[in-house]
Amino acid sequence: MAMAETPAAPTANVATPPVRVYRHRRATRIWHWINAATLLILLMSGLMIFNAHPRLYWGEYGANNDPAWLVIGSTPDTGYLRVGSLRVETTGVLGRWTDAKGVEKTWAFPGWATIPTSYNLADARRWHLFFAWVLSIGLTLYMLWAAFGGHLKKDLHVRRGEWSPRHIWHDIKQHARLRFPRGEEAARYGILQKLSYIGVIFILLPIMIATGLTMSPGVNAGAPWLLDLFGGRQSARSIHFIAAWALVAFFFVHIAMVLLAGPVNEIRSMVTGWFRLPPERGERA
Amino acid sequence: MTSFTMPRRQLIARVGGLAATLPLLSACDAINEAPAVRKILSMGEEMNRASQRALIDRNALAREFSRADLSPIFRANGTRLPAGTAYAAHAASGFADWRVAVTGLVARPLSLSLADIRAMPQRTQITRHDCVEGWSAIGQWTGVQLSRILAAAGVKDSARYIVFRCADRIGDALYYESCDMVDARHPQTILAWALNDAVLPIANGAPLRLRIERQLGYKHAKYVTGIEAVASLDGIGAGKGGYWEDRIDYEWYAGI
Repeated sequence: MAMAETPAAPTANVATPPVRVYRHRRATRIWHWINAATLLILLMSGLMIFNAHPRLYWGEYGANNDPAWLVIGSTPDTGYLRVGSLRVETTGVLGRWTDAKGVEKTWAFPGWATIPTSYNLADARRWHLFFAWVLSIGLTLYMLWAAFGGHLKKDLHVRRGEWSPRHIWHDIKQHARLRFPRGEEAARYGILQKLSYIGVIFILLPIMIATGLTMSPGVNAGAPWLLDLFGGRQSARSIHFIAAWALVAFFFVHIAMVLLAGPVNEIRSMVTGWFRLPPERGERA
Repeated sequence: MTSFTMPRRQLIARVGGLAATLPLLSACDAINEAPAVRKILSMGEEMNRASQRALIDRNALAREFSRADLSPIFRANGTRLPAGTAYAAHAASGFADWRVAVTGLVARPLSLSLADIRAMPQRTQITRHDCVEGWSAIGQWTGVQLSRILAAAGVKDSARYIVFRCADRIGDALYYESCDMVDARHPQTILAWALNDAVLPIANGAPLRLRIERQLGYKHAKYVTGIEAVASLDGIGAGKGGYWEDRIDYEWYAGI
């Protein structure tokens, strides 16, 4: 996010060409797209794995006879989601739905949301456990690159002034009003962007990997402290599920922001690296 | 005219909607079925096995719990009652004539009765059982370490895997499982005959089941009738090392 092309000197009667800045370096772009595909595959295969036992527990153990805090189930004519004591009917989407061939199914998540589309725990695990490696290796390399390549320090580092509640509140209000930064300011990440990206890269994704490993009986033997960290294997499974949906929530906010901020320019910058600064308010585009 | 065109329009809309989703979904499934894709995905299993063997102490113990941690009900899964008159007769006689054959690459093939097995030094462990489906249950198991049986039979250095033969038939074949020598000789790998201080229930694999604590539930063979030391898994079943591995491509290494 450094170099800016020198804009051509504005002349009368000629529209000012947009200022282009090199916003995303190659490592960011490559990781972004590999990671986007990887997380989609992990989510969809993960939903299929969840279908094998659509109940979540807290603690070390949990099976059908133990109390579950979340259940996706079905009655003879409905599907439902129960979280704690709150029960919502979800017929058509969760617990009871109709597949592409018109056959009614009672698996938790529907075929359009899972890999593969019809129930297959073995294949879902193959996809999930292969792409877990892609995620882990990619994230590790990206973290190292971000730490040593300057990305962390230059772009993601939250500066002292940015921590002030007033500054954060201002950024929240600006987002709520859909007033996004323009001109030079648009080349830099705002405080909410920084916190979101830091949260995903350094908190949510590591939690996904660590809770995934905590479900491994082999890893448990070598690193039993992981069980203590997350409060047991079934707690780790619950946290894995919650963190996955936190990533989905991030995805939707991320997409909404891309659409609102100008999807062509935003996506182009994540493909080519070059970002066109939106002109200052009042300036001609 | 109207009555004729309306359903047709609806039909077109329907078919159009299906046509929009079906190719996408079937394309996804075609990718899933492609041999090259399956080969690449299977690298994940080998990476998991190799990394766990490389990074985790081969004798590292699965966590052992206290009696306070026991699941109130230990869920039984898979076969709950092997079919057939032979097993029923064994069950009726309290498994007095049950034998476990120890064969293959061993210096002294054995045929062990339950009395033989109970006469050997015993190990009791309270461990967590993790099903591949996602649930877990904690139970207390008592039995003999597999390493003692292998030592008694004089397993040869050429043995690379231990195959477990079972009495339960699912569909067309008897259940079986296998593991490498690291897990076979692991101190917590036992042939258990008791669960929670009671004789092992039939639903949980009576009279003997394998406990292989660092792997998922389907590796824990129930109703064990044979222990065979082999150099290769080729030619056993479909060659993938276990009943579910052969049929639906579960991972042979189930440490995750």
